[in-house]
Amino acid sequence: MASDKVKQVNDADFDSIVKSEQPTLVDFWAPWCGPCKAIGPVIEDLAAEYEGKVTIAKMNVDDNPVTPGKFGIRAIPTLIIFKDGEVVDQITGSVGKSQLIDLINKAG
Amino acid sequence: MTNKQMTIKDHYELIILGGGPAGLSAGLYAARARLDHLMIEKAAPGGQVLLTDWVDNYPGFPEGISGFDLVEKMAEHARRFDLNILAAEVTRVDLSNEKRKILHLAEGNTVSCDSLIICTGASANTLNIPGELELRGKGVSYCGTCDAPFYRNMHVAVAGGGNTAIQEAVYLTKFASRVTVIHRRDELRATKIIQELAFANEKIDFIWNSQITSIEGETGVERLNLLAKDGSTSTLDVEGIFVLIGVTPNNTALPLDLLKAGKGGFIPVDIETRTTVPGVMAAGDICDKDVRQIVNAAGEGAVAVLAAENYIQGTK
Repeated sequence: MASDKVKQVNDADFDSIVKSEQPTLVDFWAPWCGPCKAIGPVIEDLAAEYEGKVTIAKMNVDDNPVTPGKFGIRAIPTLIIFKDGEVVDQITGSVGKSQLIDLINKAG
Repeated sequence: MTNKQMTIKDHYELIILGGGPAGLSAGLYAARARLDHLMIEKAAPGGQVLLTDWVDNYPGFPEGISGFDLVEKMAEHARRFDLNILAAEVTRVDLSNEKRKILHLAEGNTVSCDSLIICTGASANTLNIPGELELRGKGVSYCGTCDAPFYRNMHVAVAGGGNTAIQEAVYLTKFASRVTVIHRRDELRATKIIQELAFANEKIDFIWNSQITSIEGETGVERLNLLAKDGSTSTLDVEGIFVLIGVTPNNTALPLDLLKAGKGGFIPVDIETRTTVPGVMAAGDICDKDVRQIVNAAGEGAVAVLAAENYIQGTK
């Protein structure tokens, strides 16, 4: 039940999206990862709440090998908050919504 | 799917805190009994089972079932009876007033209940050694099922000797070229059938009587420093370390004094799952007990609802 408010990113358009004006939270996930599915609804919530302020995006690491490699991602879910194309901070594991809000606020 | 549009009342007869197997089973019993109930779960239901690749010992699934599918079925089962699920984080549980147990939510509001079932479960223990936090997600993992595919043809280590550690070591061999199990003792705690699988697997080797003292690496894990019982030290070059050394209770929101939390912060309960606070039950991995299996978590969830019903009826 993917929300259309969550932006699906891939290796090809990743750079242009994280370099855009508003901060971007990227959720690196895969279909075989249980905890990734567990935080899915939280990501969709955040996409609705931060619409127009922060881009909330998801990248499937199975379909996109380049970007996760570039950021040294070897565990999922990993969530990275970007500002002006730069990594501000990141978090790994299925964390609660308040921790993700804290992460997003670091780009504020 | 969680149901966030649902209107939340101020008060319920029964609140179930947590949506792993214990909570989902409690939810099934509560919803089917038509109790005035609410389940609160911070993410989607599932709990630690979501970290399990394959469940081979849950009755009724003779072929085995993936952890994800099992909790999906549990959730689907409870939803069939209209389980009310709220996706929210509880920051504090106030049990000082027996008549009205109050749960403080991260969003600032509160919700209260006559009876509470605590099913907050447990999370993976950490090693608490240098490098672990810094390299978390960059070679340090707590979930083989989640992260094994990142280690295709690499050498990884597993810390631990229990069921989870050894089962995950076997799973990791599907991807990694070599899996080294590092264990503090000279024998495994894992069930015999899991041990046999591990000993028969030529990709798995063992370093006994040793602990990891630090994890090193620049952008990702490169090596582990080990200390053996005899005092000798060594270094092991690996690209990943899976830390699977037991669990710690998810109890930060709970009043541990009132609940008389015992060793390590787990909650003591009687055979009816009752805690020391009247009307408060606990089920699943949060309980102070020796056996932490999906099947007894689910069983305790059912018992807890029956205990809650008795309590609620007794107070009317």
